[in-house]
Amino acid sequence: MILEVQNLNASYGAVRALKDVSLGVAEKGFCAVLGANGAGKTTLLRTLTGLHRAAGGRVLLEGEDLTRLPAERVVTRGLAHVPEGGGVITELTVEENLRLGGLWRRRRDRVALDEVLDLFPPLAQRISKSASTLSGGERQMLAIGRALMSRPKVLLLDEPSLGLAPLVTRQIFDLLRELRSSTGLTVVLVEQNANGALAVTDSGFVLNQGSVVASGPSAELLSDDRTRHAYLGF
Amino acid sequence: MTTFLNLTLNGLATGAVYAALALSLVIIYQATRLVNFAQPALALVAVYIAYTVSQMTGSYWIGFVAGLLSGLVAGALVERVVIRPIAKSSELNAIIVTLGLLLIVQGGVGMIWGNRQHGFPYAFDYVGRFSPADVFAVASVAVTALLLFGLYQFTPLGLRMRAAAFRPEAARLSGVKVGLMLTAGWAIASLIGALAGMLAGPPFISPNAFDGVFVYGITAAVIGGLDNPFGAVLGGVLIGLGMSYVSGYAGPELATLAALAIVVLVLSVRPDGILSRPAARKV
Ligand SMILES: Nc1ncnc2c1ncn2[C@@H]1O[C@H](COP(=O)(O)OP(=O)(O)OP(=O)(O)O)[C@@H](O)[C@H]1O
Ligand SMILES: [Mg+2]
Repeated sequence: MILEVQNLNASYGAVRALKDVSLGVAEKGFCAVLGANGAGKTTLLRTLTGLHRAAGGRVLLEGEDLTRLPAERVVTRGLAHVPEGGGVITELTVEENLRLGGLWRRRRDRVALDEVLDLFPPLAQRISKSASTLSGGERQMLAIGRALMSRPKVLLLDEPSLGLAPLVTRQIFDLLRELRSSTGLTVVLVEQNANGALAVTDSGFVLNQGSVVASGPSAELLSDDRTRHAYLGF
Repeated sequence: MTTFLNLTLNGLATGAVYAALALSLVIIYQATRLVNFAQPALALVAVYIAYTVSQMTGSYWIGFVAGLLSGLVAGALVERVVIRPIAKSSELNAIIVTLGLLLIVQGGVGMIWGNRQHGFPYAFDYVGRFSPADVFAVASVAVTALLLFGLYQFTPLGLRMRAAAFRPEAARLSGVKVGLMLTAGWAIASLIGALAGMLAGPPFISPNAFDGVFVYGITAAVIGGLDNPFGAVLGGVLIGLGMSYVSGYAGPELATLAALAIVVLVLSVRPDGILSRPAARKV
């Protein structure tokens, strides 16, 4: 397991948003985290990368304990996070957004930039434009590209399909899958769109009210009618 | 015609000082959405240190550099020790604290250096129209503005600072130490404030020396658009020129009124200032 989460707890005041969440993601895995609104998916990712403080439990990346690291350090250990909505900085240009992602390395990483631009041709065309001129799908590409600039071992994505047309969502999912096979990147995909996510991933976890209620290979989760009806809504 | 030229040059020289103060306010406002009312206090400390060091060393320029450096350090210290602990509670608190700091520092300076005036020299000869001192004021502010632009636009530090200001959380996820960027912003802003102080100080400094200049500095920042450095410079020059023309052609007693008129005029046409960008989309 490249990423291991052990009995993770998180709360907002009196509200317990994560209750003893444990899960593991295999190296080069493509893993879905599913659940309805308010299930705790965003909180899980935010706690993993140090944006929200864990109230208990541990987060291990390749065995290294990241639990108490602040967010700006977590990314340097190889855990990148594309937040809900993408977090593209619209006041900056496309290139500045991308460069920002690799800045912590200090040495300029021309190769990473070229790779990301190869991966997302629409970004290459608008490289010097303001990021505010991008479409929703292009923004999501930029967000993913920026995360890739940090050369992560594990990439966490929070609902990249939010507000995108089904076709664009499909393209992004396929691209993540390709990325996994071509570079060996491990991908964790948080989604409400369970059907779409289970079609591309190889394993999945289902969250409900802050607890893991089901897990297993994606194909099994898809065919498990009880889980589907109870938690995934289709 | 020569009157007009004289008034223009004169206005440019005072405008440069307002522009520098406005810049120092805008840098902090951009990063924290806070109008730093303590800015003149930081400039005051810097100028008094410059004064003392000049006295001790007999060199204006060693004092000048000491003043700039102490501005830098004072800004960083205030952000770390005073602003950061209270900024979390509320914006209003932070504003009140900067106001309080202004009064405390002015009192402190009075206790250390005395409330009477001290002579504080110009950098260069100041007699005549567009004297060397005026040229220095305009040139040093212009160079500072350009350096600042270069820093923000073309250096990794500048990119980090902008990212931290616009989207702190996204910046953190990219490995930016947002807190450190805030400190850097305060330090740079206070360095520029110190420069403004040393240009505005002569011929005399006293604990309240910068109250007037500061009012015009804020004015310049507001009409320029509080979140735009170019606006700050433009606002400073506009106020400087406007006041110079009015006091030259209509009488010095009307200069303050001219500044007020400019504010009313500008804000009625562009309520957020000349160069402010449309409110950034939140989410
Ligand atoms: N900032 C906050 N303050 C208080 N409670 C919060 C906060 N953020 C989330 N919560 C609560 O924590 C729980 C989990 O929220 P979270 O955002 O993690 O859900 P989610 O699975 O990401 O939902 P969605 O699919 O709508 O994005 C919810 O009950 C939510 O109301
Ligand atoms: Mg969410």
